[in-house]
Amino acid sequence: MVAVAEPQQAPPQVSQPGPQQGSRPIYRSKALIAGGIVLAWLVLWLVFRNVGTLSLDASALTPLHRWINSVNDAVGASRNSNPLFLYFFNEIRFVIDEFVTFVQALIAQPSFGRPVPVIGWLGVVAIAGFVSLVVAGWRVALLAVAGFVFLGLQGLWQESMDTLSLTLAAVVISLLFGIPLGVWAGLSDRAHRVITPVLDFMQTMPTFVYLAPLTLFFLIGPASATIATLIYAAPPAIRITAHAIRSVPHNTVEASESLGATWQQTLVKVLLPSARKTIVLGINQTIMAALSMVTIAALIDAPGLGKTVVKALQTLDVGTAFNAGLAIVVLAIVLDRVTTAATERRKLPRWAMFGGLGVTGVAVYLSYTYLWAAEFQSDVEIGSSIRQGATAVTEWVQDSLPVITGGFKDFVTLALINPLQALLAESPWFVVALVIVAFSFLIGGLRPAVVSAVCLGLLVATGLWQDSMITLASTLVATILVMVLGVVVGVWMGRSRRADRVIRPVLDAGQVMPAFVYLVPFLALFSASRFTAIIAAVVFAAPVAIKIIADGVRAVSPATVEAATALGSSSWQTIVKVQLPMARRALTLAANQGLIYVLSMVVVGGLVGAGALGYDVVAGFSQGQLYGKGLAAGVAIVVLGVMLDRLTQAAAKRWTN
Amino acid sequence: MDPVISVGNLWKVFGSNASQVVASDELKSLSRQELMDRTGAVAAVRGVDFDVAPGEMFVVMGLSGSGKSTLVRCLTRLVEPTAGTIMFEGEDILEADAKRLRDLRRNKFSMVFQHFGLLPHRTVADNVGYGLEIRGVPRAKRGERSQEVIDLVGLTGYEKSYPDQLSGGMQQRVGLARALAGDPDVLFFDEPFSALDPLIRRDMQSEVIRLHREVGKTMVFITHDLSEALKLGDRILIMRDGQVVQVGTGDELVGAPADDYVRDFVKDVPRSHVLTLKWIMRPPRPEDELDGPELPPETVVREAVRSVLSADKPVKVVRDGELLGVVADEEILGVVAGEA
Ligand SMILES: Nc1ncnc2c1ncn2[C@@H]1O[C@H](COP(=O)(O)OP(=O)(O)OP(=O)(O)O)[C@@H](O)[C@H]1O
Ligand SMILES: [Mg+2]
Repeated sequence: MVAVAEPQQAPPQVSQPGPQQGSRPIYRSKALIAGGIVLAWLVLWLVFRNVGTLSLDASALTPLHRWINSVNDAVGASRNSNPLFLYFFNEIRFVIDEFVTFVQALIAQPSFGRPVPVIGWLGVVAIAGFVSLVVAGWRVALLAVAGFVFLGLQGLWQESMDTLSLTLAAVVISLLFGIPLGVWAGLSDRAHRVITPVLDFMQTMPTFVYLAPLTLFFLIGPASATIATLIYAAPPAIRITAHAIRSVPHNTVEASESLGATWQQTLVKVLLPSARKTIVLGINQTIMAALSMVTIAALIDAPGLGKTVVKALQTLDVGTAFNAGLAIVVLAIVLDRVTTAATERRKLPRWAMFGGLGVTGVAVYLSYTYLWAAEFQSDVEIGSSIRQGATAVTEWVQDSLPVITGGFKDFVTLALINPLQALLAESPWFVVALVIVAFSFLIGGLRPAVVSAVCLGLLVATGLWQDSMITLASTLVATILVMVLGVVVGVWMGRSRRADRVIRPVLDAGQVMPAFVYLVPFLALFSASRFTAIIAAVVFAAPVAIKIIADGVRAVSPATVEAATALGSSSWQTIVKVQLPMARRALTLAANQGLIYVLSMVVVGGLVGAGALGYDVVAGFSQGQLYGKGLAAGVAIVVLGVMLDRLTQAAAKRWTN
Repeated sequence: MDPVISVGNLWKVFGSNASQVVASDELKSLSRQELMDRTGAVAAVRGVDFDVAPGEMFVVMGLSGSGKSTLVRCLTRLVEPTAGTIMFEGEDILEADAKRLRDLRRNKFSMVFQHFGLLPHRTVADNVGYGLEIRGVPRAKRGERSQEVIDLVGLTGYEKSYPDQLSGGMQQRVGLARALAGDPDVLFFDEPFSALDPLIRRDMQSEVIRLHREVGKTMVFITHDLSEALKLGDRILIMRDGQVVQVGTGDELVGAPADDYVRDFVKDVPRSHVLTLKWIMRPPRPEDELDGPELPPETVVREAVRSVLSADKPVKVVRDGELLGVVADEEILGVVAGEA
């Protein structure tokens, strides 16, 4: 019966369904038009090369940039007189600064007239171990202790503790707001409707972009860093808490009500406990996001490991960058393991509880009283060997593998980056604008064309047209590479359970790592260049794309695949004719997310030679007279992001219908 | 005896314009579909009346979507009725404020749900004690009482288990125990056994019959399964599209269906298991010999078959010495043959 039925349903699924065949002529004519546009573009490029490119020197400013500078100065001058600052921004800054300073005083910085923090390394290690033991069990506790000791051995104890303090402070504030907001959005449909778009906005905005405006209101320093981290880290907690509350089955809530529970009782005894596990997952994401952002906030002078990495990157000191990057990874792994394991139900025997408490208390006391337990001894340090090792490996690679690394780099640079960048950045601006609008119309119709036109107009207004085009070229190249990787690895994972089992944890780990960390090894391999920045962006964005595509391919019904196989399709035919077309939605989503992730790495890329907008933003943080330009570059990145996001979404809509 | 629950002209309309619908006689007279087309509102319960006597097992049955769940939720105001009255022990429940309603739910009635609605993060004992906990009963007393009802529903030994470690039937026993723990006057069951497989369902039905006998509580039981209704119900209310079609005992429904809908419903029922002699007896004819054996009119046909067929004279149906009619082979065979 089944054997007969399957081939019968198969044909319409294997040979692509009617609508596509029906619309072939349209596709063909569209392809023709697109070809015509590109041809015309090439000709115009040859004729008008380097005319009307709206280029701007690295140190040159437009009136807009100067105006922003003057606003910045004016705001700075009125900071202690304007009531809005006196009673609002300054108050917030004060409270947050105090809080962060307090946490730092506990574990990171000399404080209260002491040469060392209140709790020294021994106490911190003991507390980390004990907390991990209580929430996550023996093994994770061992991992935590080992991880923290390793941080000390690296010679980065104080930097690590600064990073940890900032992260913890930001997480505490995020959760203080995030969990109640999430519960509210979980209970009330109206709140949910209001909060969701705000969160969408917070999460799609490239992280660096709000750093500059924040410093305008909260100055450079811990407060701005913490608030930037909040903006980035609170959304997952809010979202996941709301989701968790919403997915508690209605019938348990109803059962509780039927027994006469008040709504507070239902919330505390039914909703929150049932949602606990998911909420802890949200906390995990918030912690990881906070750690990532705290390291990035080094750009606005946040203390800690991020600062070490940034300084090392600026002097191209790969060894130091690697050592600090490794410390970030260790911290990330420990925090991730502890919070992931905390989702499980666990009960510690009483003796372990009291024993642990006692040991921790003694350790904290020792670290408060004795210098040896407070300051990590530097004579057992292994950080310098790590630094030297990394430098040696880098030099060796650069000396002995230039054929491979250099060849790859040259290939991508010459075959992809250079031509695209030449076309985009060396054509007259109005030609490029016309081409982009025309493509938007072809891809999505009138609305996307209008959106693109508006966005392009804004780019011109920022005074950074040429930089935007250079960044656009890199972004497109990176996205293409992300999609190639995504399709190859995604299809492989989607088709093979074993591949999925092996690769997925690697991807998960990759996503947990703060963006900075990627830069270091690539800097070592490829030195500072556009290519290095692109590869870092690809590595950052690929896990998301791969996972989305793998899930999409996996979701194609096995019956369809089986039917195609029964009809004699080769694996290649099955992939190309069945699995990929049916996973269209996933492909477009992957492209869209890939783009957004790549864009969010533009500024980080600015640290390692990407130039253009990324460099403008970074320079704006460090040099006062470039502040306005940096802010404008941030806006340009957002505008690019909006344009590409709308465009891919419009294309996705057309293509999946 | 006064009824425990007395429902009068109860309406529940879903939709933003619900109150307009019940205010208009014209709209109320429309069928559910017409109302839906005209106003977009769904009339889930439409003008339902019934009484439940103390200690009675009252069954509400109807097809999926006929409004049973909505009706039973209206009775405890888990769903807010749109119009009508619900008297519970002489008190109008619709008048109760939030606090009084909570008191009623805590002390007077409780409910068993189709999908159990257990709390996955609590042990069996803590699930059963949940109702007592929210009333503020101290832990020790709670534990004692939980243990009592856990024993009563036959879950002894599973107190420390979590719901996901139990089979469906056992989970529903937990639901049952939780409902019993507060010692309510009335128990509501919303299709409690629909999610269970047939064998377990039969066990659980017997369990409920036993509990009904042992604790003597008033019970309102929702089901879409006619045989379950006949097995459990003292009286059965049949619903269709939100309205009451017929209320009666099992043999009344089978013997005198109110309309084709009910007739259709009951046509597959083994009539000999449900009908009593009252429904098949005929007046004595002159040629009948009236000195045969006697049986009361409530005797189920199946139980009378042997005596009627083995007697060589018609069996007399007698109540309090009064001859109501007679039953002979042909009447019995008519019922039994009709089933084949
Ligand atoms: N919250 C609601 N909002 C809108 N319509 C509802 C709501 N709840 C129930 N209804 C509608 O009311 C009608 C009766 O539903 P109800 O759940 O009471 O039926 P039921 O007899 O219990 O069915 P089942 O046997 O499937 O449980 C259905 O048409 C349903 O769509
Ligand atoms: Mg129902």
